[in-house]
Amino acid sequence: MPDGALPVLEVKDLKTVFRTRGGQVHAVNSVSFHLRPGELLGVVGESGSGKSVTMMSLIGLLPSPPANVSDGQILFDGHDLRTASEETLRKIRGARIGFIFQDPMTSLNPVFTVGFQLMEPLRKHMGLSKARARDRAVELLELVGIPDARPRLKDYPHQFSGGMRQRVMIAIALACDPKVLIADEPTTALDVTIQAQIIELVKELREKLGMAIVWITHDLGVIAGIADRVMVMYGGQVVEQAPARELFANPQHPYTRALLKTVPKVHGAREPKLNVIEGQPPILMAAPSACSFRDRCAHAFARCGAENPRRRPVGANGHDVACFWDAATQGEADA
Amino acid sequence: MLDAGEGAGGALAGHDTDPRRKLVEVRGLKMYFPITSGLLRRHVGDVKAVDNVSFDIYEGETLGLVGESGCGKSTTGRALLRLYEVTDGVVKIDGQEVARADARTLRRMRTTMQMVFQDPQASLNPRMTVASIISEPLDEHTRLSKKEKLARIYELMDAVGLNRTFANRYPHEFSGGQRQRIGIARALALNPKFIVCDEPIAALDVSIQAQVVNLLEELQEKLGLTYLFISHDLSMVRHIADRVAVMYLGQMAELAPREALYSTPLHPYTEALLSAVPDPDPAVETRRERIILSGDVPSPANPPKGCNFCTRCPKVLPICKDVEPVFREVQPRHYVACHLYDPDMTQDAGATGA
Repeated sequence: MPDGALPVLEVKDLKTVFRTRGGQVHAVNSVSFHLRPGELLGVVGESGSGKSVTMMSLIGLLPSPPANVSDGQILFDGHDLRTASEETLRKIRGARIGFIFQDPMTSLNPVFTVGFQLMEPLRKHMGLSKARARDRAVELLELVGIPDARPRLKDYPHQFSGGMRQRVMIAIALACDPKVLIADEPTTALDVTIQAQIIELVKELREKLGMAIVWITHDLGVIAGIADRVMVMYGGQVVEQAPARELFANPQHPYTRALLKTVPKVHGAREPKLNVIEGQPPILMAAPSACSFRDRCAHAFARCGAENPRRRPVGANGHDVACFWDAATQGEADA
Repeated sequence: MLDAGEGAGGALAGHDTDPRRKLVEVRGLKMYFPITSGLLRRHVGDVKAVDNVSFDIYEGETLGLVGESGCGKSTTGRALLRLYEVTDGVVKIDGQEVARADARTLRRMRTTMQMVFQDPQASLNPRMTVASIISEPLDEHTRLSKKEKLARIYELMDAVGLNRTFANRYPHEFSGGQRQRIGIARALALNPKFIVCDEPIAALDVSIQAQVVNLLEELQEKLGLTYLFISHDLSMVRHIADRVAVMYLGQMAELAPREALYSTPLHPYTEALLSAVPDPDPAVETRRERIILSGDVPSPANPPKGCNFCTRCPKVLPICKDVEPVFREVQPRHYVACHLYDPDMTQDAGATGA
């Protein structure tokens, strides 16, 4: 570990496979990463890049079959979560590791009141009495900025707006003071002005409560504003990982570079023509034996088709990239 | 030029600072959806999805229409093509009245105006092959022979970058980006002049979005198309649109040429909206002052009195809670509906008319 602090969560060579009628889908291929206390790790990738499946694999949220977390280690709090019993997992899930999902409408139960759903983890995990749990629920709603909290405990999810529902989700995730919070595209379903509110809220809560956060998104803009460190995923693998500023200032992987260029900006100069990443993302029917980006890559050469690149360090800032092409020595000539 | 005009038709009275031909003219468009209650479905109110909206689209340009969900931007796009029976207002496309046209006239006009939908999964019939999807408008509106039709299908598939050998495949065999290409080919089949693109890239991945946007731009150049590009993605609209309209709660807040809108937004809502868009650059992000709007969008069934943005506006004035602002041209080709730019206010606000 380059930084002194011991990681709260460490994942080594994680593999997740789905068995389907068409064959095996290798959704997560040897993913390794760590999360330091209080850190916000951004995970960026397109749909099918394996970012959500990786995080759901961590706490056994994938139905098995078809999913099988087939290999690797997930070290958290002295346990290997991959091999831990369902009972241990249940104690950790929702208590030590909180989860926020993309769509607050489908992840809240429509037939229970918000109060019931907030109090459930408090009573189950922390053993609070009904009255104590209710007080704590009010505290939590106030913490996430829902005005007039006590009477709102009796409301059902549909009585809240999208932004407010996401606040409720955050309150539930925070209920038991988790060490790690995993947020899977928490603002994707929201409008930009509401997204700005939620991002501001998470920044605030992080300062107040000091938990480590994994923030999954496809929006590079959101990541730039909040992440300490960013991990870029493609084809079920981590292709690049670096501190946020370093990644945006000095991207190494051709995919990261192309991704940063395809996104038009609202501020600054306007590009007359959008850069395009030609082709389609890979279909993961086999474990990768070559670089999965090579078909769409402007710098691909013979070795990329013969061998899957391993992550190698770039400089001394904790920046690493899984690519044979080296921007520094093999030229900057971008396509 | 600062003449406010009266009522629906007059809101854009002074709108001739632009010499280009207007392909689409919209005046005082209203689209209300009734709220009914009880066993007899008594009419108790209306959801004012689009309330008195006026704008023009010039031939060959792309007008971007932005706003948050529920602001009425999609409803506006659909009402323009008469996919709804409009409540009130005038819509002229290529000189012809659309909003009140009878069924036969409307059917004839369908060839000039087409639509590309948001979700290519839902807007393509899963039981039809690509060829039959693209040829459906040809079957309905033309009398081409089988051979001519096939030639036209191939021509369209080439134009949108689909391989001809895929003509007999079904939509589920394609990726999202390719499906959107099928939708675009169908929209182009009858050589339309005007296409409403309703969030055409919202369901696609970033790396695929650029492919579709570039295709739309190429086709526009080649075929001289006019687009209404509806989107909530402000950065993509900045890329593709010539002029941009901002809607809030069923009404037009601001309309301006692209650069004017993005560099000097006048309406406080536009300002907040632009400031809320995150920038993919941490150096910029840490420096930026963000305007965070408090609260949520009010219900369009019960919009606030006065200016509909007054409940969230950081620059709200006493007058905003009483008097509805008029949508007017405060700088050449820059329209805004805000009391900050009323003629007697402009000295304070620092903005001057033409």
